[in-house]
Amino acid sequence: MARMKFLCDAERCIECNGCVTACKNENEVPWGVNRRRVITLGDGEAGEKSISVACMHCTDAPCAAVCPVDCFYTTDDGVVLHDKDLCIGCGYCFYACPFGAPQYPQQEAFGVRGKMDKCTFCAGGPLDDNSEAEREKYGRNRLSEGKLPLCAEMCSTKALIAGDGDMVADIYRERILRRGGRPQTWGWETAYGTG
Amino acid sequence: MNWSILLILLSAMILPTASYLVTGGTEAFAQVEGDNNLRANFWRAVRDGQAGYSAVSGPESGVFINNGGQNWRQMRVGLIANYGGWAIVGALCLVAVFFLIRGRIRVEGEKTGLTVPRWTTLERFMHWYTAIGFVILAITGLSMLFGRAVLIPLLGPEGFAAWAALSINVHNYVGPFFSIGVFAMLLFWVKNNFPTAVDLKWFATGGGIIGKGHPSAGKLNGGEKVWFWIVILVGLVAVCGSGFMLIGWAAQWGFGDASRATMQWAHQVHAIAAILWIVVFFGHAYIGTLGTEGALEGMTTGRVSVEWAKQHHDLWYEEVKDKAGTPEEKKAETANASASTT
Repeated sequence: MARMKFLCDAERCIECNGCVTACKNENEVPWGVNRRRVITLGDGEAGEKSISVACMHCTDAPCAAVCPVDCFYTTDDGVVLHDKDLCIGCGYCFYACPFGAPQYPQQEAFGVRGKMDKCTFCAGGPLDDNSEAEREKYGRNRLSEGKLPLCAEMCSTKALIAGDGDMVADIYRERILRRGGRPQTWGWETAYGTG
Repeated sequence: MNWSILLILLSAMILPTASYLVTGGTEAFAQVEGDNNLRANFWRAVRDGQAGYSAVSGPESGVFINNGGQNWRQMRVGLIANYGGWAIVGALCLVAVFFLIRGRIRVEGEKTGLTVPRWTTLERFMHWYTAIGFVILAITGLSMLFGRAVLIPLLGPEGFAAWAALSINVHNYVGPFFSIGVFAMLLFWVKNNFPTAVDLKWFATGGGIIGKGHPSAGKLNGGEKVWFWIVILVGLVAVCGSGFMLIGWAAQWGFGDASRATMQWAHQVHAIAAILWIVVFFGHAYIGTLGTEGALEGMTTGRVSVEWAKQHHDLWYEEVKDKAGTPEEKKAETANASASTT
């Protein structure tokens, strides 16, 4: 089985936000919810760098550890998904997540948030694959169709790579060999450990 | 033989530092001047939680790494949800053991049927209003913290999720109203709860556990005063205060913010202080009901028996003994009073 990972190559990302738009359109996420975002450090200055961030589908996911209702699970592909029928919108996963991935559709009085939404690696949710209910609740299930997440597929500079961790690492290693410099597998240590 | 080994060891430690004689010591530790590795600095800043710009608006959307998250996770899952549970179980066991050893503290002497007023209707309403809120909040709050370990095996994932959804909403809605009750307690009862020299003697005898006889006490004894200040400091300040932060009201009132760091901090304070409050509450509830005969009547009917007052609050009894009477007499008095006014 594959172990799905995201990698964003900061030397390639041009902050076009195409991944954000692709994700939003493909998964039809509600207003105010963005499963993916691009962050730029030193914006407008020489040497600015951007990174596209979403759920990194951690090996030992902090969200799953702190969830009071235990609604998270990891698929055979290493994708961290959650069951919205169990989620109570407490916000703990957002407090624990290193990447700020969990999103909430509302923020009302008395701390009511609504059910959490996050990147699914385009792998849907616990409902039947490619069912209408799954699409409405979790977005598209591209993985079950043999397709990779649309954010990475549509990345214009191929900065964002998604797929099996070994293949992603091979592609990135080849890039580093060609262009020189040190590898910056941003977020990998946090998400997948040092091993 | 021994001294030669010692000499070799000493030389091995001292000789490598001989280079300091040449360099003067300081240069040996000096860092390379000037930062040539700009990219490393960039990633270091990212790792340290420095925020950048993001076109996507949202809470802290510009932050790359939420550094406090893992610490908070360890605190919640490793410490609070673990030792907190044992603290509660331990407190319950302690109360049970105390009951088995000490038994119920009976009212001494002949029962005359005479009573004295202890708590007014308003005070009793305030007490039970807050008490009901406390129990609701404790049950729902503990469900949120320990439900995953304790209730999911019993109710199943769906069943517990339904209960947890109810719990979090009830907890968030009842909390502010409960806080009003605790605040009212502060206003009404703070005058009774300033410590006095009598309390020191009360503590010296452990509230009557050590030695013979019952120590003197005013309207409230030393233990009750400690409970009051725990309610105020641990309860009102720590638990209610952090609760208002967690539902985002404190930030709206201009106190703190609603960032993840604040929430992580507030959650830890809330959980730890609440568990402490619950643990001490077990003692309060036990002493007020099962542990002491005649105590509960004060908070239910508003009047306590003269014997109980003499035994537990002798100094206070001296103040109120003029008001002693049977409940029937008092009822008749008030009936007459209301009849004469109409």
